[in-house]
Amino acid sequence: MTTDQPLLIAKGVTKHYGARTGCEDVSFELYPGEILAVVGESGSGKTTLLNGLSCRLPLTGGQVSYRMRDGTLRNLASLTEAERRFLMRTDWGFVHQNPADGLRMRVSAGANIGERMMAVGVRHYGRIRETADDWLTRVEINAGRIDENPASFSGGMRQRLQIARNLVSHPRLVFMDEPTGGLDVSVQARLLDLLRALVGEMGLSAILVTHDLAVARLLSHRMMVMKDGRVVETGLTDRVLDDPRHPYTQLLVASILEV
Amino acid sequence: MTGSLPAYNFAYLDEETKRMIRRAILKAVAIPGYQVPFASREMPMPYGWGTGGVQVTASIIGPDDVLKVIDQGSDDTTNAVSIRAFFANVANVAVTTKTAEATVIQTRHRIPETPLREGQTLVYQVPIPEPLRFLEPRETETRIMHALEEYGLMHVKLYEDIAKNGHIATTYAYPVKVEGRYVMDPSPIPKFDNPKMDDCPALQLFGAGREQRIYAIPPHTRIESLDFEDHPFRVQEFDRPCGLCGATGVYLDEIVTDDRGGRLYACSDTDYCEERRMAGHSGPAL
Ligand SMILES: [Zn+2]
Repeated sequence: MTTDQPLLIAKGVTKHYGARTGCEDVSFELYPGEILAVVGESGSGKTTLLNGLSCRLPLTGGQVSYRMRDGTLRNLASLTEAERRFLMRTDWGFVHQNPADGLRMRVSAGANIGERMMAVGVRHYGRIRETADDWLTRVEINAGRIDENPASFSGGMRQRLQIARNLVSHPRLVFMDEPTGGLDVSVQARLLDLLRALVGEMGLSAILVTHDLAVARLLSHRMMVMKDGRVVETGLTDRVLDDPRHPYTQLLVASILEV
Repeated sequence: MTGSLPAYNFAYLDEETKRMIRRAILKAVAIPGYQVPFASREMPMPYGWGTGGVQVTASIIGPDDVLKVIDQGSDDTTNAVSIRAFFANVANVAVTTKTAEATVIQTRHRIPETPLREGQTLVYQVPIPEPLRFLEPRETETRIMHALEEYGLMHVKLYEDIAKNGHIATTYAYPVKVEGRYVMDPSPIPKFDNPKMDDCPALQLFGAGREQRIYAIPPHTRIESLDFEDHPFRVQEFDRPCGLCGATGVYLDEIVTDDRGGRLYACSDTDYCEERRMAGHSGPAL
């Protein structure tokens, strides 16, 4: 599944908010096709880390490098704003916990999916629509609803639409912030199945932030456990969950088992 | 009235303000389609009356200019009459209703039918200068989008139009790309007039008072209306000639002629219509 060259390299990634620590000295490598789960409780710094990695938040320290489509490894901080924004809407995806943060609620589902195509210059309405149609089907939304605004969609449908809107550009890396958070359990399960299938089919790499170890178990290959802004344990997901070594991870895993 | 009128500088605005606005205009001409901020002044009329256009006109007009003011194509709406009277009063310039005679034409909602020529300046009154605002309300973001030429959102708007109406239903303020670079709102003129902006020999200036923006199209600039390959830009077509002058290929207004539902379709450009009738043309309604 993985190739020998990392897609993304984080070195000493640190974010402070004044005197407060968001995340501190986080380092890891992400390989193509790999899903990395960042788990921890709220306030552990996992969302700050995600935002820092994805250029949505300026870092206080450390460096994130990304292998561009042409194979060159670039320090993200050295990209021009134009390059960064282009990367974010083509080679990357970002799935927000609240779909309203990642969708345009006042335009149709079709336009939501088509936006990335239009952003890179596709000027054929019929082709955009065909692609939108195809993606709605892939995320299990009735294509007959292509002209409806997401405001009329259920929470689960909105989340699936957000995923389609991101994947239409065939990104190589997707950042996900609690993608199943806020959904009913049965809706969550369906979304997880869908995500797992899409990620596998497309060979995506992903960095997935979740407080839910079951989600991490189902989707990720590797796991990083965070506490108070620092990584306390990292390893293959099955190993971390079946044989947690850090006392905090043991506590987390135990708390799940109790339920 | 003598003695009760406050002492105005020529064309109402003080010279310093005019210089500031002229600097904005020069910058706008140098970067066609780019919205230049300027410090808009209070004018003795409400914003809806096109204070942006009035300030631009006040800054460029000289004693030898001949001014025409149109509103919806007509020289004699309250708005047009008031603005014309204002300039006749504060700048003592010659005024006209004839497009060919004017050196400065201030307009709301139309471009005259008579082709403009070199040496003329068309000043548009603009209510909302930002074409991206429909989908992106944040000014900080739209500024970046213009700077980086990120105009995909304009097509999202057109896409929505087609998805909801089967065709591009935008008929006014139809967005254009200026000289292959900036996307611009041409103000609420009918899209019928968009082709007139392209390669126009006259200078076109746009003033938005409330929004404090000036932008420009220098003479002979390439103006393209945005569209899709499979839904190309088209102007409105009228299936009849002007009822009064018989003109075809002009923009017609529907006029209710009596309380029994009688209707007349006539040139919205009243000066153009009159000129034609004076020249002996007549339409089916006469
Ligand atoms: Zn006529």
